[in-house]
Amino acid sequence: MAARDPAMTIRVPIRSDADLSWVRQQVRRRAAELAFGLVQQTKLVTAASELARNTLVYGGGGHMEITSLGHGGTDGLCLSFVDDGPGIRDVRLAMTDGYTTGDGLGLGLSGARRLVDEFTIDTEPGRGTAVTVITWAADLPVAERAVR
Amino acid sequence: MTASIPDRATAVPVLALGQTLLVSVQGELYDTLAEQLQHDITLRVADSEVSGVIIDISGVEIVDSYLGRVLAEIAAGARLMAARTVLAGMRPDVAITLVELGLTLPGLITALDVECALELLARPSAPNGSGLPERAA
Repeated sequence: MAARDPAMTIRVPIRSDADLSWVRQQVRRRAAELAFGLVQQTKLVTAASELARNTLVYGGGGHMEITSLGHGGTDGLCLSFVDDGPGIRDVRLAMTDGYTTGDGLGLGLSGARRLVDEFTIDTEPGRGTAVTVITWAADLPVAERAVR
Repeated sequence: MTASIPDRATAVPVLALGQTLLVSVQGELYDTLAEQLQHDITLRVADSEVSGVIIDISGVEIVDSYLGRVLAEIAAGARLMAARTVLAGMRPDVAITLVELGLTLPGLITALDVECALELLARPSAPNGSGLPERAA
């Protein structure tokens, strides 16, 4: 795991749809500061928008933490979306394209995973959900990154 | 503390150009604002002699699954009231992201910009009712 500098972590509340907008703006700003390319920025902001909406709609609200990462000279951005909601009973099912328990399109989790480099989900029924995603600034193919 | 919606974000202007409605979405579109826009456009189409709707999203930095769904629903609602909708000006990075997200909006007619969209709407619709080619030349 890459080193985290706690001083670089900020927490953004997710309680309303105006907060979703604030989440998008914060992620865009931090990604631009790390010199992410435009496509990478847009992918990460879109993933953040999907995950923050899940936190709001399914988790009943929560927060996002943004942390800048440095790893072997490569900058990255780590986003965690945390709620104390009902949790997810069947993660594999929830990660399936088109599956939803709400009235959305069922693309939030599965789609967000495709838009980032690393994706982890920690959830248990009754104990909330934490989704953490990382995108690295260098636009290397995944396989190439893995051998470093 | 949670953020509040600033006053300037209260409405998206909907302009009438003859029988075409031109909707120019700029910057951040809050969820509630997107729903309001859907409502406004549907009423405007029902109320008047509107036969086409152009939604210009060249100023929109991201389209997530929620906004994508609202755009598709605007087009579906307008179509039920005999108006065609063209989505104009999507940024390339937004298009790349939507494809990876898995949201390709197959029912939506698109154009590279507003001018192309106007040309598209000026053509008579095809007899099969689905209307138009996917993209203006």
